[in-house]
Formats: sequence, C-alpha cells, structure tokens
Amino acid sequence: MRDFSYLRADSVEAARNAAALPGAMLLAGGTTLIDLAKCGVAEPSTVIDISHIEGLDAIDVTADRAVIGALARMSHVADHTSVKSCFPAVSEALWQAASAQLRNMATVGGNLMQRTRCPYFRDPQNFPACNKRAHGSGCSAIGGATRGHAVLGVSEACIATYPGDLAVALVAFDAEVDLGGRKLKVEDFFLAPGATAEQEHDIRPGEVITAVEIPGSAAARRSTYIKVRDRQSYEFAAASAAVGLELEGDGRTVRDIRVALGGVATKPWRARAVEEALKGKAIDEATIRKASELAMEGAVDHGANHYKIALAPRVIARAILKLGETA
Amino acid sequence: MTVHDMKHAASDSARLEAVGGRLSRVDGPAKITGAAKYAFEQQLDGLTHAVLVGATIAAGKVTAIDARAAETAPGVLAVLTPDNIMELKGASDWLGNPPSQPTYAPLVREVTFSGQHVAAVVAETFEQAVAAAALVKVWYDETPAIVDLSDGKAGDGIPIDAMTKEWGDAEAAFAEAPVRICAAYNTPREFQAAMEPHGLIARWEGDELTIWEPSQWLDGMARTYAEWFSVPFENVRLVSPYVGGGFGSKAVALAHSAVAAAAARMLDRPVKLVLTRPQNFTSYGGRAATRQTVAIGADRDGKIQSIVHRGVNETAVDGTWVEPLGSVTSIMYATPNFSSKQNVVRVNTVVPGAKRAPGENPSAFGIESAIDELAYELGIDPLEMRLINYAEQDPHAKKAWSTRQLREAFAAGAEAFGWAKRSNAPRSMRDGHQLIGWGVAAGTYPVRRAHGEAVVKLLSDGSVEVESSSIDMGQGTYTILAQTAAETLGVPVERVSVKLGDSHFARAGVTGGSRLAGVMTGAVHKAAGQALDELIGLALSEPRSPFQKLQANTLQVRDGRIASPRGEGPDLSIADFMVAIGRDQIEAKGDTLPASTTPEERYKNYTTIAMSIPHTEGDYSRHSWCAHFVEVRIDEDFGTVRVARVVSALDSGRLYNPKLAESQWKGGIIMGIGQALLEEGVVDRRHGRIVNGNFADYMLPTNADIPDIQTISVGIPDPHSSALGGKGVGELAIVGIAPAIANAVFHATGKRVRDLPITLEKLI
Repeated sequence: MRDFSYLRADSVEAARNAAALPGAMLLAGGTTLIDLAKCGVAEPSTVIDISHIEGLDAIDVTADRAVIGALARMSHVADHTSVKSCFPAVSEALWQAASAQLRNMATVGGNLMQRTRCPYFRDPQNFPACNKRAHGSGCSAIGGATRGHAVLGVSEACIATYPGDLAVALVAFDAEVDLGGRKLKVEDFFLAPGATAEQEHDIRPGEVITAVEIPGSAAARRSTYIKVRDRQSYEFAAASAAVGLELEGDGRTVRDIRVALGGVATKPWRARAVEEALKGKAIDEATIRKASELAMEGAVDHGANHYKIALAPRVIARAILKLGETA
Repeated sequence: MTVHDMKHAASDSARLEAVGGRLSRVDGPAKITGAAKYAFEQQLDGLTHAVLVGATIAAGKVTAIDARAAETAPGVLAVLTPDNIMELKGASDWLGNPPSQPTYAPLVREVTFSGQHVAAVVAETFEQAVAAAALVKVWYDETPAIVDLSDGKAGDGIPIDAMTKEWGDAEAAFAEAPVRICAAYNTPREFQAAMEPHGLIARWEGDELTIWEPSQWLDGMARTYAEWFSVPFENVRLVSPYVGGGFGSKAVALAHSAVAAAAARMLDRPVKLVLTRPQNFTSYGGRAATRQTVAIGADRDGKIQSIVHRGVNETAVDGTWVEPLGSVTSIMYATPNFSSKQNVVRVNTVVPGAKRAPGENPSAFGIESAIDELAYELGIDPLEMRLINYAEQDPHAKKAWSTRQLREAFAAGAEAFGWAKRSNAPRSMRDGHQLIGWGVAAGTYPVRRAHGEAVVKLLSDGSVEVESSSIDMGQGTYTILAQTAAETLGVPVERVSVKLGDSHFARAGVTGGSRLAGVMTGAVHKAAGQALDELIGLALSEPRSPFQKLQANTLQVRDGRIASPRGEGPDLSIADFMVAIGRDQIEAKGDTLPASTTPEERYKNYTTIAMSIPHTEGDYSRHSWCAHFVEVRIDEDFGTVRVARVVSALDSGRLYNPKLAESQWKGGIIMGIGQALLEEGVVDRRHGRIVNGNFADYMLPTNADIPDIQTISVGIPDPHSSALGGKGVGELAIVGIAPAIANAVFHATGKRVRDLPITLEKLI
C-alpha cells in the first residue's frame, strides 16, 4: 500500500507550515491530485487538505481589479456576473474547460497547478523515461505519438503541452498569483521546461497560492477566449487564444491588445510579437492574419503536431476579428 | 381443437403494453435508483481482489519474474505467474471447433502484444493488490514487433478465401468502363468503450463455479469455463442480470476471466477482478484497423458495370479475426461484375473482436464513400446515383429480398431532411465562417437468426414470470419480453416479471448480431402460447373449473381475466381460477427448435454459434436497411467538423417497441458520429502500444457533439425474418453514418477524407 499522511489545514498559516514538509502536496478540489495518484505519477507522503480553510473562496471584482481566492470553484468564477462583464475571456476560458462536474469541484489555485496530459508523463509503468517526473530520465514523447504536444517553448528535455485554459486568459491580462510572501506574474509563475522539465512552477516549499489578481483594463473588458478542439466539450485545446482589444476612438486603430495562446505551448504563452505588430495599427482582416502568424516564430513541431503551427494563428485572428466586429 | 384465439399482434400496436407499443423500459426505475445490482456489486463473504500485471513490451519473451516483494506485501495472498498458475484445458471456440492446444495459459511467457497479462496479484483488499502488483518485476527479452498495418514487416497478409465473392469478370469490366473511380479507405483501431468495464467475481463451492460477470452470452461463456476447468457444463453458473454496455465485447470468456476463476480455485476464496480502464483497451480486441480499395466502373449514365474490392484487416499474431469487409460491398448495388477479396495481416495486438456491426460498418465506409465519389465524377446527385443502381434482388445470393424498404427509406429521409434544396457543388453552401455540407449514405445489416428457449410461469396470484438466460445490456430485452408475454397471455404488462441473466434459466444463444429480439420474442411467444393453451385446457376440462360446465370449445383471456368469447358464463381472474382449481402455477417451457432436435444439438445451439441460420437460407435474402442524411458544419479556418443534423430512415421490419428501437438507432448513430470524427486507438509505433487507452484521450462524443437526431421507421413486418416480423435493430444504424458524414464533409469542403477519423488537421 502507498501510505500517506492526511492533514487538514484550518488556516493558510497551517497549510504553509505543512506544505514545507518533504513530499507534501496540497489537496483542494482533488480533480488533478487524485487522478495523478491513481496513475502513479503523484506519490505524496503527506496530503494537506486545504479545502476547509475559510475565506479563500472569495471572488472580489471591481473595475480596477479582480481578486479571486485560491479555493474559488471554477464554475463559480465562470458564472460570476462581474467576471463576465469585466473579464469575459476569463469566464469563457473557464466554462470551456473540463466538464461541468470537474468545474464544480476544481479550484482556481488547483487549476494553476494542473499537470500536462502528455500520455507518456501519465504512464510511469510503461514509460519510465520522463524528465518531468524524474530529472534526466529522458523524454518518451519525442519520437512517439505527438499529435497533442507543444510547438512553442519546447526543449530537448520536454515537449509536453500546458493543458489549461484559465491561465492563458490570466497571462493575457498580466494577472498575478499571490503566494503569500510574494506575488509574481502568472506568466512568470509557469516555467518553460528548458533543461529542467521537472520544474513547472516558480513555487517554493511552504508556499501556498492564496489568490489570483487580475488588473482591470479596457482590453480585459473587451476580451474573448476561443478554444478549438476535436470535440465540443470535455476536451483540451488543439489551440486556443485569449485576446483583449482596446480600439482608439476611430473604432479601427488598436490602442491596446493582449494575445495569449493555449494548447500549443509548454506554458501559457503570451504572443507579444502579435501585440506589437498590431498596436497603433488600423486593423483589417489581412493585417490581423499577417500579424497573427508572428505568434509562431520559433515554433518546432514533432510531426503529428505540425498542424498546430497553421491552426494557432487562425485562432488568434478569429478572436481579434470577433472583438473588432463588436466595436 | 383450437383452444385459444391468438390476438393479432399488429392490430394492438396502439396499446402501450402490447408488442409494438412504446412501453418505457421496465428496468429503468431499478437502474435510476441504483437498485439494479451489476456484476461487480455482489457482496460476498471472504471476497479477495486480483489485479493484473501487463507486459510492457509488444513482442518477446518473459525471461524472469521477481515476485518476492509483492508476495511479502501486506494482504497479499498469492502472486500468480505463468510458472505457478494452475493448468487449464483448452476450450473449443465459439463455433464449437475443438481447441488448437490441449492446455490454455492465460498468463503468458511468450508476449505477443503490449499489455498482455503476465502475472496477477491476489490480496485481501483491492488497494493492497494494486500496490503489490506495482512491485512485481518482470524481465523481458524483447523482439521487434509488427506494430500496425503500415509496418514494413507486416506484409500483404494471409488471403481469407472464404471471403472471396466474385461474379462476372470484374477486372475486365472495370478496365472497359467509360467512367472509373478507384480509391483507398482506411479505418483505425476502434474500441467498444462500454462504461462498465470488463471483469468478474468467481466463486467455487466444491466443483461448482459461480461467475458474476457482465455477459452477452451466458451459455457460451459457461461452456468455456466448464471446458477450462474440466467440470460439467451444469456445474457452472453465470450471473449477469444487468450489463453496462457490451457492443460486441462481452460475448466470450477472456484471459482475465480465466485468471480470476483459476485464482479462486487455487485459493479456495472468491476472487474479484475488474480491468482498469487502460486494461480495457488491451485485454480484448476492439474493431480491427482496416484498409480497403474500392474500384467502380460505370456507364456515363451512372449505371455500375463493375465493382472491384480488396480489403485487409489487422489481426493478432496468435489469433485470427476476420472483419468481413465485402459484406455491404457485395449487396448494396446492382452490378453485373463483382470481385471482392480479403486478407488479414498479423500484427502485435490483442486479437481484434466484434464491435457493433463488425464487417458491415467498415465495409459501408468503403462502398458508400466510393459511390459518392462516382456520383461527383459523373455530376449526378448522390441520392439519385444510389437509386440508379438500386439492387432489386440480392446481387450476390441472387435471391429475392425478404423485404427491402430502402427505396422508401431514401424517399422518407430525403423528404424529412429537405434534400431537394441541396446544391450539388462542393463548397456551395455556407453560413459565415461555416462551410455547410449535406451527405447521404445507406446502411444494412443481415438478419441473423437462431433458436431460443424460454420458460413462462403463470402463478397462483395471476402474475406471470418469464425466465431466460438471455441478457439485457440496455437494448430492452426485459421490456419487449414482458410485452410479448403480456400480449400472448392476455394479462396486463405490469403483472409480468422477466428474469434474465442467469445461466440456470432456460438457455439462450449469444446476444449479438442484432438477433436477440427476433429469437427471444419468438421463444417467449411460443412458451406463453403453451402456457395459455394449458390454462384454457384446464379451464375447460378440470373438474373443479367453474368453466367446465360451459361445455365450450374455447375460452379467451383478456386483461388477466378468463371468459368465454361471447361473454356467457363465469368471468374469472386468473388468480381466482388458479385458487378454484387448486394450482400453484402453470409452467411452460417453449423453444423454437424442431421437435427432432437432439440434446447434443440443443447444447450446441445455445453454447456455440454453429447452428445460426444463414440469412440467405431458402428463397430469401434477409437484411435490415437504412438511409442516413447528415448536415455538417465545418469551420473553414479551424477544420473542426460538427454534425448539425441527422435524419435517418430505417427498415428494421416490425418494431416490437418503437421507443426502444429508436433509442438503439440513435445510439448507433451517435456511435457512428464518434467513429467518423473522433475515435482512434493511437499506437506508439516504437512500442506497439496504445497510448490513449482512457476516456479522456480516446475520444467519444459528448452530448455537445450530438445534434437533434430524427429517426423514421419505414419497416413493414417481415414474416421471413422472425416469428413476429421484426428484423435487426441494434447494429443497423451505425452502418453508413461514417460515410454519410465523410460525404457531407466533401460536399462542404471539396476535400475527400478517406481515413477515419476526420480530424481537423485533415481539413486545414
């Protein structure tokens, strides 16, 4: 039997102390941890149940800022009236994620810690080599079945796709993750694999995500999340885009634009080259499509995932066009 | 003496409870409330748990197994390996052919596919068994595997001569035809993906074995267990009152079944073994991957002159599965020249198996795509193309159709769909970013017939029990057999209870090939008729019967009451009558076998499929038919295909319960949508291993992927197909959906996708 200790934390402070224990993992909604424990990837020696900490599920939204508690359920955030009006891309990313059942259980903090769906990562019995699971053990995915794997931010150590949707929207709007003692940009919280694929997040022992903060902006208010996937529900993105757009008074010149990509990169991927190419420009479909191509600079495919390089710019372009039409 | 007037079935079809009525599933409340007890939910004293260890190579030898750590882990009772598992005898196959090997080893030393069972751990708890199984160390001597049909080592395969169908001179006629198309169509490995996994609980009491296992064929599986363990057939009892989906996969006892039953025998403890979800993708076969080439030669007016068809399906290194790829090709259209041949190619996979409409399903993908290609080659409407080549008789058997309402299906479907408004040119219909395509395809499935047996009991309280070892896997056996008994006996349907899924009940053959409803309604009708005969006979002749002094020559039973046809004399409930004559019950066992059938033949009939009656027996060729009309909407940038509308018109003959038949048709259509757009067993070609063996990565349609589906019944009673006039329902509707969608995709985009599934990268 794989025994582990179970601790229930009553406060964030207690959770932090327990999280500093070697082999400790936090349990909130359980939708990722229990799944990974069943397939033999997660083998915590201590499980710290934080789901009973009071006050961590608050959702506080003003025009300037949204503060979303780490224990807020995905479904609650997705359905929050002010989130829908001030940050539509965040709401849309959430309700297109997972299934209704999972969204009712999963928390925002837990969602940021969601691991990749790479089938090689998830099958230690058959594929011992995985740099994400064991540093230096190799990558079983490279050379294997790669249709779902990343084309951006990949390395020779790992090509696993970051699977989530919410963080893509968060990265687009410069959201921060609150770790108690420090805050950092969500974009910096996620780490591309480089030579250290096992390090997916900038989080230290004893740190606990308490909240996510999203600055309000005109671009966030006019934003959308488009997710392209093989089936209509309960499926990860083949490519997705979170886009926010602020136009000048002429209704066609870009004052501010935010573009982030999901389903194609090893982390939630900010496409700054696209933003820079369009800022200050009057937009039409041709301009948008051309600029969207810039998101794929540096893309590397592994055969079966080649289509993502063609697909992702089209998703960006569609999102920008959609927002432009609502001017 | 005619002792009863059999009510004419069709005239009562408006009544909910009669055959033909839209009675809701009688087992529904039990399933909704959780009262229905599935195989794995049995609570047994002393139950132990087995967990399998699967090979991590696709080909080679097990050189050593170190079980020491597992054996000493908490709760572990045994670690079974090829070295210590008890010897089992070989079992005959489902045709009754004797075993090829005298012994059977469900745990292997020679590995022929990834995931094959090499060891098993039995422990007091499931968690202990899971943990210990991870401690079993296996060493292998790996040899190169043939991973799939495109593997360079796979070769052309083995010709299956029995699949060859030829008339005329197809190749010459094709060469001379003024219009020709020729293309290759591929389908991937697909899985049955039932929600309820495979598994069992096995318990021995002396030499008697009880197995709780989801099963499509209790008697066949009981025979296999009996042969493995060298015990009499009667000593094995299989129990399977509810089945959480089978789709063809649960008709035979498998290696894991043998491991669990052997473990129970060796430990003298009941053993529960349930396959994990990934193991459900490697422990038994799904639909074999297939490749077909279809060449059609035609006149300029669209009349087909020749069809040349070649097919290949993958099979296992150590077992042969033939997916009959020429089955629809050879009967759908009239052609003076025809040739179909098929090979099987051995690859390192578990032996493929039956999945809903094996053969007909991929066969239709080939021919129904090809006929669409021919229509576009000629600029003829695809529906018109099909009518031009309508087969007025079975082109292969050269026999009349028993019934073929396919023309009516095309007409009714086209009308309901609005086909006449279609513009034939590809890419000619759109809505914003969405390209719209309308596609049509036909489907068919043969009427598989067999003999059945049932027991009907009239009890002293006037209620009725029907017993059969047939099963209900969701298709509605409980319901239609209750309707059949109620109608035949003249009792309210709520007074009928149907008991299924116990091999000690009256015997039944396999529930597969869409044959159960036709077979079992016939058997129940017969047994209930015998019970009614006996009831009325007693009423007329038994000295204590209140009817005896009537001196009538017949009586009638209606709504559970016995009376004379003209209403004179007594009018008694069956219960009051039974009390009056002092009887506890009237029991009748009826079967549809000829009276001359020997006990050996009866055993063979129920435990093998060797006595199935060919669908072309006698003067007729018997099939169900359907026509599917599909609208797809495809995002022109993203290549994502969504099915927006399905209208299907189907000929399953007479429907015993239209509500349940429609539900099965819709299930088949939904499964076909998954096949067309989503399903594919992804093989890591370095390891010969399925890497998406779970319900997140092996994609099945969600509710959001399924549009409104309209089904239209165009069938008429077919007296040549079954006792009550029905033809097959369960498998028909999946046949033709994938080509209808592929044809719609072509209409929308101008791209012909000949490899399933039609995923977005094939369209951008």
